[in-house]
Amino acid sequence: MKTKNLILFALISSFFLIFLVSIWKILATLQGLDIQNFNLQIIFIFGLLISFAHLRIGNKIKIFYKSIIFSFIFVVCDGYIIQKLPLWYNIGIFLVLYFFVNKINKYSFEDLKREHSTQVIFFDFLTLFGILFFSFVILFPFYMMLITSFKTQIALLVNPLDFSINFGQDLKDLFNSYFVIFKSYKFGKYILTSTIVSVGTVIITLLFAIPAAYAIARLNFFGKTFMSTSILIIYMFPAIVLVIPLYTIFSQLGLRNSIEGLLIVYTATTLPVAIYMLQGYFKSIPKELEEAAILDKLSWFGIISKIIIPLSIPAISSVALYVFMIAWNEFLFSLMFLDNPNSFTLSRAIQYLSGDAETPRQYLMAGSVIVTLPVLFIFVYFEKYLVSGLTAGSVKG
Amino acid sequence: MKDTLANTEKKTAYILTLPAVALVFAIILFPIFANVWISFKEVELKDIRIPEPRAKKIVKSISEDPSKIKILYKLRNSSLLQEIRDVSFQDKFPKNFEITDLDKRCDYKKYTLKCKFGNWPAKYRENFTVVFKTNDGSKINKNSLKSTKPKLNGTSDNILLNTTFTLKNFKKVLLDDEFIDLLLTTFYYTFFGTVGSIIFGILTAQMVNQKFYGRTFMRSVLLFPYVAPVVALAYTWELLLDPNSGTLNSLLINYQVIETPINLLGQKYIEINILGFDLKLRLALTTVIMFEIWRYFPLAFLFILARLQAIPKELYEAADVDGASPFQKFFKITLPQITAVISILFMIRFIWNFNKFEDVFLLTGGASGTRTLPINVYQQGFAISDIGMGSAVSIVIVVLLLLFMFFYFKLLGKRVDEN
Repeated sequence: MKTKNLILFALISSFFLIFLVSIWKILATLQGLDIQNFNLQIIFIFGLLISFAHLRIGNKIKIFYKSIIFSFIFVVCDGYIIQKLPLWYNIGIFLVLYFFVNKINKYSFEDLKREHSTQVIFFDFLTLFGILFFSFVILFPFYMMLITSFKTQIALLVNPLDFSINFGQDLKDLFNSYFVIFKSYKFGKYILTSTIVSVGTVIITLLFAIPAAYAIARLNFFGKTFMSTSILIIYMFPAIVLVIPLYTIFSQLGLRNSIEGLLIVYTATTLPVAIYMLQGYFKSIPKELEEAAILDKLSWFGIISKIIIPLSIPAISSVALYVFMIAWNEFLFSLMFLDNPNSFTLSRAIQYLSGDAETPRQYLMAGSVIVTLPVLFIFVYFEKYLVSGLTAGSVKG
Repeated sequence: MKDTLANTEKKTAYILTLPAVALVFAIILFPIFANVWISFKEVELKDIRIPEPRAKKIVKSISEDPSKIKILYKLRNSSLLQEIRDVSFQDKFPKNFEITDLDKRCDYKKYTLKCKFGNWPAKYRENFTVVFKTNDGSKINKNSLKSTKPKLNGTSDNILLNTTFTLKNFKKVLLDDEFIDLLLTTFYYTFFGTVGSIIFGILTAQMVNQKFYGRTFMRSVLLFPYVAPVVALAYTWELLLDPNSGTLNSLLINYQVIETPINLLGQKYIEINILGFDLKLRLALTTVIMFEIWRYFPLAFLFILARLQAIPKELYEAADVDGASPFQKFFKITLPQITAVISILFMIRFIWNFNKFEDVFLLTGGASGTRTLPINVYQQGFAISDIGMGSAVSIVIVVLLLLFMFFYFKLLGKRVDEN
């Protein structure tokens, strides 16, 4: 039993070490280092040796010295003797190893004797693996988007693996792609259009949604339950089904290629979710306040503007942020309704740019960075308010 | 007294909800009915423009006599297909103008020229000239004439409004050889995308539900793919997977995993050999599904995480006392607690993935075996410009979705009964 646990522990931890070192090696390759193979066998053997040695030594040496010794031995063997790689790479490997030894330090001979110890170890390492794996898989495309926008066409073609940026060069050269898309491709105008459309959608949606949500939350009227259930059904309804009839109607009314047309469609598509979220919040406001207001002979306009809105600023602002994000990210309707470059939104402009095979990809990526940054910024900055709304299903996608 | 109060409340409620309801009705509900209508018609993209009578005004001065002027109207019917009936024409002139010879279709009164041109067949063109002179012999200012524009009116049939219907579109859609393939592709895309994102959602939620350093940061990072604009993400992936100089292929070649680059988005099939069996895998479709999972698992993650955090800690403590292993704890405690969320998620994601257009459109444009039903709506409606066909395909989508929801709720209802 004990040997089995021992072997499993060593195997799991060395596979984890392989994973850690591989990620570092991939990142190092992308900085232009010529690493042709992972030397998996060597890492694996080292992993096994370190795990066994760690269990053998136990607490006889302080953890700090132990980590340093193991890491140093590994670095000397792997980095210097076998691959002859530069110092910064080896410092990275050293830190990776230091992290690894600290992680396995939790486990001792006594732990391995316990019931389910291999499963516990397996789950612990799986969690760690998951955190690193998902961070890598999710952040890598964003990282690539950012880096590519700073490269030149030649550099990209010569070595697609070189992700290093030369910060020594002129700022003008570094941000060249950004200058080009603003100058030659009129991105300033597209940003303006996107901003007008998104902010406009937010304002109109709120103007329509706040009274409607208030009525659904507070007033009794025929068709109220029908209305509140149909909101969700309408929200589930696919946009692709609306595209053709809206296209024909808008063509006949001359609303295509116009900001007004987009505003109407975006408002209509975001209204259901805005009403749904707002009425949920309005219901949580104590009724007594309004009753006092009714005694003071306040009209419904007064109640909404003087009581409801000031009390629900957090909910209204998170709805506003959502509507902004939805309108800013929207692509389907802007593809269908806009075919005149003068009225493009950012998303449509980037898609249009990519339609030309000649367009250098660093321009495309610079455009992508511009369209992504505001959304990610809003999301990270207001994360606390937004996550609860996401759980309520506010962003459809 | 109470009754009137209830009445005012009702009235207020209708006033407050009216704008929102009207807008949603006009932009969402009405188009759905319009879609059914159009799907039974033979309409092409070029038919939907309403034919209008047009006139281009050209002012020509007559060199011998500056008090005279010739005005040429180039009249035409903008439609190549439909006639315009009862075309009327109207243009205004300065107060000292007299007409020299009046066309018999026209009438000149109060310095306004009014004409009735009758019916114009499709492609109709005519050069219509009038000559004016001033009654006091003064010189004519050309620019002031150019600034007024003639008004034309006429009635024409709107092809969308007539009542001839046909089943042709549906026959074409359903009897098409590729229809089964289209359905299967859509089903693979939807089903595997949904299942994949839920599995990844469970894994990540389980992971973030534990305590570790940087957990809140991790939670925001996991949501990045879901909130970032699809255009940016799709093009980044395209670049990443590019066969010629994409990062992924270069990396794999560099580490000698593969010898020649793989066109992950442009190759329909790939043959792989597993345990001596040759399998044909839909490569481009798989890649597109991967993108879909990558982009949409955050939603599953959030829903499941919220549920996980609501599971009482005592359950796990009791299990610890009983000596349950982590696997047992997951399968016996966690999983039963999250099944309800998973069944809701499955439905939401299934419906949304079924209708997903942008992702596939941006990554492959529907080429190399990734044509799903929503892509087909676009291709029929706008690439082949057959609006009626596009509408018919979208009606097929709605019917399939309704069927899915019907059976899903039936199944779900049964299981709830059993419990």
